[in-house]
Amino acid sequence: MNEKKPLPVKMEEVEQGCVLYNIDPIVMKYHYEVDYIHSYAQDSPFFEGLAKGELKGSKCTKCGGTFATPRSHCMTCGAETEWMQLPLQGKVHTYTTCYFGGQEFLAETPFTLIMVEWPGVDTLFLSRLIGVAPEDVKIGMDIQAKFKRLSQFKPTDVYFVPVG
Amino acid sequence: MRPVYMVSGGITKFAKSTPKKDFRYMAKESFDQAMADVPNLSLDQIDGSVIAYFSDHFTRQLMAGIMVQDYLGLTPKPSKRVESGGATGGMCFQTAWEAIASGRMNVCAAVGFETMSHVNTWKGNEFIALASDVNFDYPVGGFYTGYYAMMVRRHMHEFGTTERQLAAVSVKNHGNALHNPYAQFPAELTIEDVLNSEMVADPLKRLDICVMSDGAATAILASEEMAFRLTDKPILISGVGTGTDAMRLSDRPSREVILLDHERAEDYKDLKYPGVHSFRGGRVAAKEAYKMAGIENPIEQLDFVELHDAFTSSEIQTYEDLGLCKYGDGGKFVESGAANVNGKMPVNPSGGLLACGHPVGATGLMQSVFALWQLQGTIGQHFGGDDTLQINNAKRGLIHSHAGTGTYITCSILERGF
Ligand SMILES: [Zn+2]
Repeated sequence: MNEKKPLPVKMEEVEQGCVLYNIDPIVMKYHYEVDYIHSYAQDSPFFEGLAKGELKGSKCTKCGGTFATPRSHCMTCGAETEWMQLPLQGKVHTYTTCYFGGQEFLAETPFTLIMVEWPGVDTLFLSRLIGVAPEDVKIGMDIQAKFKRLSQFKPTDVYFVPVG
Repeated sequence: MRPVYMVSGGITKFAKSTPKKDFRYMAKESFDQAMADVPNLSLDQIDGSVIAYFSDHFTRQLMAGIMVQDYLGLTPKPSKRVESGGATGGMCFQTAWEAIASGRMNVCAAVGFETMSHVNTWKGNEFIALASDVNFDYPVGGFYTGYYAMMVRRHMHEFGTTERQLAAVSVKNHGNALHNPYAQFPAELTIEDVLNSEMVADPLKRLDICVMSDGAATAILASEEMAFRLTDKPILISGVGTGTDAMRLSDRPSREVILLDHERAEDYKDLKYPGVHSFRGGRVAAKEAYKMAGIENPIEQLDFVELHDAFTSSEIQTYEDLGLCKYGDGGKFVESGAANVNGKMPVNPSGGLLACGHPVGATGLMQSVFALWQLQGTIGQHFGGDDTLQINNAKRGLIHSHAGTGTYITCSILERGF
C-alpha cells in the first residue's frame, strides 16, 4: 500500500499588492490588455497595394458601382466586385482638425481628417491631410496621395498633401 | 399585430460615475421606480424582459444582461440581450414592443444600462471608436467627434448652417435640463459660452458634445388588456420604425431623397442624398413609424420630440430626417425658437443627451420614460414639483435613438391611450 502524501491545507500567499483608489466602495485598478490576431482577409490586397504605392478601390462586376473604400461585394446589388486602381489625385469632400481623440491617437493630435472624393467614383475614402494649416483646409481642394516608405500595413500608410 | 402600451418607466439619475452601485444595482433602481408607478403589477405577471447595453468593453463582464435578469428576480423567464450601438436603448424598447405585439408576452420589461466611468474619457472615446470599421476608419480617426465634425462641415457647406446655430441647440438643451432633476449636466449657457468652449474637432466644441455617463432606465410595456388593468393612464405605442445605413461614413453613394408624405421631389432637385450630411436611416425609420401611426405631417401631428443629440449637429441633422423642416433648414429651425419648450415643436424638452447624459444602453429608454411622463401629464410629479418642462396637453410624441454615423436608427411614436 502506498502512503498518501498529506495535501497542503494552506493556500499559497503571493507578495503582490494591488492599486487601490478608494475604499467604501473598494475601487481598484484592473489591468486589461490583449494581443489580438487580426486578419485583413479579403481586404488584404488593399493594404498590400499601399505598400507598393497603389490606391485600390472596388468596382462591381454586375452593376458597375464604384467604391473608393474597397469592399468585395457590391452594397447595391450584392455581386462580387473587382479591384480598381484609384487616381492618386483627388479632392477634399469634407474635413476636420481633431484636437483630441481616442487614447491611442492622443499623441498625434492635432491631426486633420478628410474624406477624399474622386469624380466618377460613387463613394469616399477616409484619410489624413498633412501640410496644411487647419484654417487653410477647404472643401474642393486638390490633393495628392503620398505613401509611407516604411509600411505599417495600416490605412494610414497612405495620406494626402496639397497638390503643387 | 396587436396594440402595445407603455404603462410605466424609471430612470436613475445619470452621473459621471457611480462607484457605489454597479450595473445590476442601477438597473434594479430604475426597474423598482417603474414598478412603484404601477402598484397593481406583481413580478410574477411580468412574462419576460429585453435587457440592453452597448459595450462589453465598458462593462468588462460578458453576459451582463443575464446578471440583470437574475438581479431583478426575473429568472427563469425569457430574456434576451439587444445591442445596436448608440441606438441600443431604442432597439430594446422596440424589441419589447415586438414581444407584446406578437402575442408572445402580455407584460415585458425593457431594461437598459451603461457604465462608462470605468475607463478615462480618452480610453472611452477609443472604445466608442471601435464601433467604426477597424480596417479602414478606426486606425485613421479613432474618434467619433471627428466623424461628426466632418458630417457637419459638409452640412455647413451644402446648406449654410452656422456654428451659432449649433450653439443654439446646446443653449436650449442645457437650459431645459435646469428643470430636470435627472439631468447630469444642466447649465445656463449663452451662445458665446458654447462658441468659446474648447475646440475638440473643428467645428465641434466641448459644449457641442454629450458627456459620458453611468445610468440605467426601464420601460414596462403591456398588452391592451393588461395596460388598462395596470394604469388609468396607459400610453399607446402607435408606430415603430427602424432604419440602417452602411457602417462606414465613406459608403454613402448619392441617391434620390426618400420623401415623406408632406414633401415633394421638387423640394430637393439638386440635393445629393444622403451624402455625409444627412442620415438616410433616420429618414427610413421616421417614414415607417409615421406610416404605422397615420402621421402625414409630423410638425402638425406631433406635440414633442425627444431625439438623439449626441452632438448639437446631429440634432439639426435629425430635425430634417424627421421632416420637422426641409433638408437644409435645420439650422434656421433651431434659431427660430421652433424647437424650444414653448415653440412650434419642442425638441428635447428633457435636455436630451447633451444635458441628461448618454449612458448608451439606457439612453433610448430614458427618452421613452420622459415621453411617458409628458403624455401622462406627470412631469411635475416626477420632477420634484417643477412642471416648467410639461408641454401643455401633450397627446403624441416621438422618440428617436441613433447609432454610429447613422447606422441603426429607431423612431417610436407614443400617444395618449386614455
Ligand atoms: Zn453592383
